Amino acid sequence: MSVAAGVPASTSTGQDVVFPSLAEYHDTVTAYKVDGFALLSDLTAADYLTHPGRRLPDGVAPERFEVVACLLSLSAARRVRVRVQVPEDPAVVASVWDLYPGAEAMEREVFDMFGIRFTGHPDLTRILMPDDWEGHPLRKDYGVGRVPVQFKEAPGPR
Amino acid sequence: MTDQETPRVDLTTPAGLVGETDEGAQELLPRAETNPAELGRERGSVLRVPEDTPAGDPSDVDVEAPDDETMIINFGPQHPSTHGVLRLMMELDGETVVRTKPIIGYLHTGMEKTGEELTYQQGATNVTRMDYLSPLTNELVFSMATEALLGIELPQRAIWIRMLLAELQRVASHLMWLATNGMDLGSTTMMIFGFREREMVLGFFEKTTGLRMNHNFIRPGGTAADLPDGWEDDVSVIIDTIEARLDDYDQLITGQPIFRERTEGVGAITADEALALSATGPILRSTGIAWDLRRTMPYLAYDKVDFDVIIGTYGDNFDRYAIRFNEVRESIKIIRQVLDRMPNGDYRVQDKKVTPPPRARIDESMEALIHHFKIFTEGFKVPEGEVYTAIESPRGEIGCYMVSDGSAKPYRMHIRGPSFVNMQSLPVMLHGGLVADAIATTSSVDPVMGESDR
Repeated sequence: MSVAAGVPASTSTGQDVVFPSLAEYHDTVTAYKVDGFALLSDLTAADYLTHPGRRLPDGVAPERFEVVACLLSLSAARRVRVRVQVPEDPAVVASVWDLYPGAEAMEREVFDMFGIRFTGHPDLTRILMPDDWEGHPLRKDYGVGRVPVQFKEAPGPR
Repeated sequence: MTDQETPRVDLTTPAGLVGETDEGAQELLPRAETNPAELGRERGSVLRVPEDTPAGDPSDVDVEAPDDETMIINFGPQHPSTHGVLRLMMELDGETVVRTKPIIGYLHTGMEKTGEELTYQQGATNVTRMDYLSPLTNELVFSMATEALLGIELPQRAIWIRMLLAELQRVASHLMWLATNGMDLGSTTMMIFGFREREMVLGFFEKTTGLRMNHNFIRPGGTAADLPDGWEDDVSVIIDTIEARLDDYDQLITGQPIFRERTEGVGAITADEALALSATGPILRSTGIAWDLRRTMPYLAYDKVDFDVIIGTYGDNFDRYAIRFNEVRESIKIIRQVLDRMPNGDYRVQDKKVTPPPRARIDESMEALIHHFKIFTEGFKVPEGEVYTAIESPRGEIGCYMVSDGSAKPYRMHIRGPSFVNMQSLPVMLHGGLVADAIATTSSVDPVMGESDR
């Protein structure tokens, strides 16, 4: 892991994962891009509100949100996953749109679903939900909702 | 991260956030009201501003048409050629497309949220409904992610059955694309032909899985059942027929002057642009980059079969057509090898905690009955961890990011849909082209809105 020196790293089911801090995130992704990771294959997030005790390498303090970017090097046929801890308030992280324009729709989706804001994104608006929607559906404190069904009085998740 | 941190509104206050998501904020704004970065959409989100120039400088954007001479129109969401409910907002200068903004979300049904409520056992029924033109691919990537977390290895027969089904699915999906692309270009003959041949493949799927689409056949741990008796004959007839008819289509379409006029040089994209916009699949290959996950990062048993990766040169609509057309032939080549070399053995892993016991065992063994009951009521528990698996769908890289907290339901299940990501290359392809070609170009991206919106 010469590319992101000093950044905590681990492997998960045989895949390389690095854990930069919020401040290091953009620089780490830049370093990987310079190193030949030309394609951002995926960018998503997870809300660890109800699962705070996940395994993280030493020196990484868990936060509520995690933004996960999967980078792909075509020349080396190698993937690396960048997981950055994002606090609940303010849930703001640097956009990688300036490095990978393909992050545009993916970051909009994360904003839409988790309410994580990306500084430097050109057009941070909702992408899947209606414009006037309230709340961010993939947050763990957002209810699943249910359709009222006759004869099924017990309120359940579904 | 210097001058780029100048968002249009203040995102750090609740009021700013509301303003950002206000009614109409998703839409394409008139030139005068938008910021330079967003204006860059007509160049594929400014591909790219040179590194030493700050992105906030308005002089970076070459405004080709003054505001009062362009017109913003809506294309879709209910238009016969938008392949579902895609809406494109286009800024037109006469007949020429300047900016395009795909507006999606009309088919959003919260499938990722639903996936968190279903057990791993049930999850395949959910993901199979995303990309409804190649449902088995979705099941495959979901199952592979679950198996990676479980750390189980599949029997060889299960792997080869999966490969057979995945390739038949690719044939069906590409035939469907040939049909709809023909329709978009005015060839109703091709439309009927494509649907006719696809129906043969779907007929085999129905015989194997019980359903034409949304099969829930590839499940964590293997497949739901073995292939039906006589599957070799069925598959041989299907691929022989389709292979012979591909030559007919070749004659009907490939050399046809009208078709070539409408596709050659239309909707071109360069390799740099495609990479920057994270495009994969036929779009990336059409620019000359031989990137096919089956070859470059093999999964299943793709490293044991012989096939070619088809690439294009110009990145235009014709290249994407030729790639899909020839990929059908390559898939048939793989299916032939699977026919010859299908190993014997189990079609699913014999792990009592993951796969339900066979029907006969339930009658005679109490333990088997308990296992059966536990799997179908609680599901099986998956060790804590997270994984990203990716495979080559007919549309590009389909990925599954899965987080497990050790329970029987995924803590987070995210599908990286190729249609969702590839849609971003549409503004680049359409820029500078005619509005009439927009239909052919949209078609060549091959978006499936169910997967894009999830």
